[in-house]
Amino acid sequence: MVEVTLWGALSQLAGGKSKVEVEAKDIRELFRKLAEQYPGFEPWIDRGIAVAIDGVIYRDTWGKKLPPGAEIFLLPRLAGG
Amino acid sequence: MNFDPRFSGRKFTSVGTRPVRPDGVDKVTGRARYGADFNMAGQLVGRVLRSPHAHAVIRKIDTSKAEKLSGVKAVITAKDLPDLTDGDAAMYDILDNCMARTKALYDGHAVAAVAAIDARTARQALKLIEVDYEILPHVTDVDEAMQHHAPLINDTIFTEGLEQKPVKPSNVTKRSQFGHGDVHQGFGHADFIVERSFKTEQTHQGYIEPHACVASVSSDGTAELWVCTQGHFVYRQHCAQLLGMEASKLRVTSSEIGGGFGGKTHVWAEPVALALSRKAGRPVKLVMTRDEVFRASGPTSATSIDVKIGARKDGTITAAEATLRYTCGPYAGSWAEIGAMTAFACYRLDNVKTVGYEVLVNRPKTAAYRAPSAPMAAFAVESAVDELAKELGMDPVEFRIKNAAQEGTRSSYGPVYGPIGIGPTLEAVKNHAHMKAPLKKNQGRGMACGFWFNFGGQTCVDLNIGMDGSVSLAVGTVDVGGSRASLSLVAAEELGIDYSQLKAIVADTSSLGYNDMTDGSRGTFSSSMATISAARNAIKILRERAAQMWDIPVDDVVWEHGHAVAKGDKHGNLGKLSLKEIAAKSGTTGGPIAGHSELVADGAGVSFATHICDIEVDPETGAARVIRYTVVQDAGKAVHPTYVEGQYQGGAAQGIGWALNEEYIYGKDGRLQNAGFLDYRIPVCSDLPMIDTQILEIPNPNHPYGVRGVGETSIVPPLAAIANAVSNAAGVRMTHIPMSPPRILAAIEAEREG
Repeated sequence: MVEVTLWGALSQLAGGKSKVEVEAKDIRELFRKLAEQYPGFEPWIDRGIAVAIDGVIYRDTWGKKLPPGAEIFLLPRLAGG
Repeated sequence: MNFDPRFSGRKFTSVGTRPVRPDGVDKVTGRARYGADFNMAGQLVGRVLRSPHAHAVIRKIDTSKAEKLSGVKAVITAKDLPDLTDGDAAMYDILDNCMARTKALYDGHAVAAVAAIDARTARQALKLIEVDYEILPHVTDVDEAMQHHAPLINDTIFTEGLEQKPVKPSNVTKRSQFGHGDVHQGFGHADFIVERSFKTEQTHQGYIEPHACVASVSSDGTAELWVCTQGHFVYRQHCAQLLGMEASKLRVTSSEIGGGFGGKTHVWAEPVALALSRKAGRPVKLVMTRDEVFRASGPTSATSIDVKIGARKDGTITAAEATLRYTCGPYAGSWAEIGAMTAFACYRLDNVKTVGYEVLVNRPKTAAYRAPSAPMAAFAVESAVDELAKELGMDPVEFRIKNAAQEGTRSSYGPVYGPIGIGPTLEAVKNHAHMKAPLKKNQGRGMACGFWFNFGGQTCVDLNIGMDGSVSLAVGTVDVGGSRASLSLVAAEELGIDYSQLKAIVADTSSLGYNDMTDGSRGTFSSSMATISAARNAIKILRERAAQMWDIPVDDVVWEHGHAVAKGDKHGNLGKLSLKEIAAKSGTTGGPIAGHSELVADGAGVSFATHICDIEVDPETGAARVIRYTVVQDAGKAVHPTYVEGQYQGGAAQGIGWALNEEYIYGKDGRLQNAGFLDYRIPVCSDLPMIDTQILEIPNPNHPYGVRGVGETSIVPPLAAIANAVSNAAGVRMTHIPMSPPRILAAIEAEREG
């Protein structure tokens, strides 16, 4: 079980909760479980969500493991120049 | 990904040196081929008809007269680019931006295009196209566009991110919020509070090379596109989707690029050129004029930002809050969201809150510009930080050091930081000779910090070893800022050979796997990771071949300094085999030797910079001149330090232009008044001092060499550093960018009059 912190827009879709608990071993499973629990997340996941694991931001490595006790933070997937 | 990206702390031989750039001779002799330098047999000239109105319904377009003009081979409108985006809203916006469908949404919006045998005929044909417009009220100012009575640009948009779903459509497409703690409580603990509102005007990236391409669609449905772009694989995807093609049937070759800075990250004219070629049955070259570049491509957001920061007497910030409003052009974007995330990222804050509003206006579609959205947020925040330091009676550098984020700090956008460089850049600035240099009359000094995320992404590299032992490196990230040199250094480092044995090229989309574009400061970060991986794969094969040549087990062969070495006493008589010797025998040991890598480079480290600027202001005219400028930035590891310094200097130079001169000026009719370099003034060499640089190297733990991105962070601090310098020189706080002479003069006079 990992604790996941949501940013504002996702928090609203999760009924105002800023943190949710999910049983997930990696980012792929995390997204799948979140979409099951909160169907409103699905279009956001399709558009792209970045996952910060202990401060390191992952945008595409969905196989990245979520270590127990790690700080997991969801962030918008941003563009660069 | 079977590759360990962790920082290894190795000692370097090639990385960190400064060899001559491989593209240098071609660029200084004019041999280098840019977007407009490619030609094909039978090529036509493409030209685009653009709306003269800021906001208008397109009732009818009559192209019949243009089609009848001798020499005209094709005329297209939105009907020739049907909507194939299948519900993909972002792609639909790109399509509509390439060719307006029902409404012209800004001055310069494309409404039709022609392909003709020469430019004169094409221009004549444009004049013969009759467009029946119904002119609508328009809005170009960010604050006005948010008013309830403002002309509505898209009546299907309802603000996202509000607690209650709105019942009326709005020009505000999204609200986003970041932060932690309780700012209300934090301000309650403050002894001093600074609260200010700031504005920044819209600027263009100002790339010297306009958008240019040559498109050729064959009657069998395959196509080629030669184009100036930051990401030819992304352009292939966009064009294939918009034209209903399979991506593999479209071969895209990237030309040399005369600047992009984020402005060449999505398609503008390329689908139009392909559609013209498809209709005409001949290749079409489409090159934007400078007027078109300004009116229809590029620009960054104009912004309106409120900042409030409170601190105790001892200099500890107790709370920080900002509301950021960014223009998106007429299409939804996430520009204010990025501003809201980056605004306070330099600081350690217990109570912080930022709110961003994305605002539609009748201006060109906003595009990324080098650390997009961060410079404007930094301008507002760093101006307020400077003012607060003054109120506290503290040195601005010491005040920032006291409140700087560090490893373990919760960032203002959420996650906790790993090892970061804001503290070291501030310490370097504190100790820099620039900070101690005397100032003359009417001169002022300012400094400011900046933050940018940096990104990684999908990346692919092929490393091929020729039979003569020379090595070619095919990469898929467009070389915008010197990556061919950097990646050659990285391959030389891994293989243990000399830089001169390598030649790097940017491969076309049919020769290499998919690559994300060169944006987000990812080019060298990502492709160096793939290059290291490809080189290590090649070394594995080189060891196997050496083992064959020696007839010993491969486990007994190691790779050292460009040679296969047989280890252990039992092979003591075997001499080393060089890469060249192994390559020469490759035909009889298993064929060509190559290393490939396909990976997702994630874990790009965030980066920080602190800049110092001295300005002299003429109190009679309001003219400001940069006297001295210093950039201090964390590079993680500078692979080719000269290029890194170039990135630092380039970002500062662009920031100086943005801070002092550059701005889109719209008339009351909503038309752009200064669409050219005479009236939109970017800095030239004579405007700038030598920009000093200091590279810090705080290794990124998620890259084998510690590399971080360096391309974007350098444009984040300049607006604020210059504003602080001008404010100190003129004796009045400047709150509106650009600080052009009339604005500085008005501020000085307003201050005099009290």
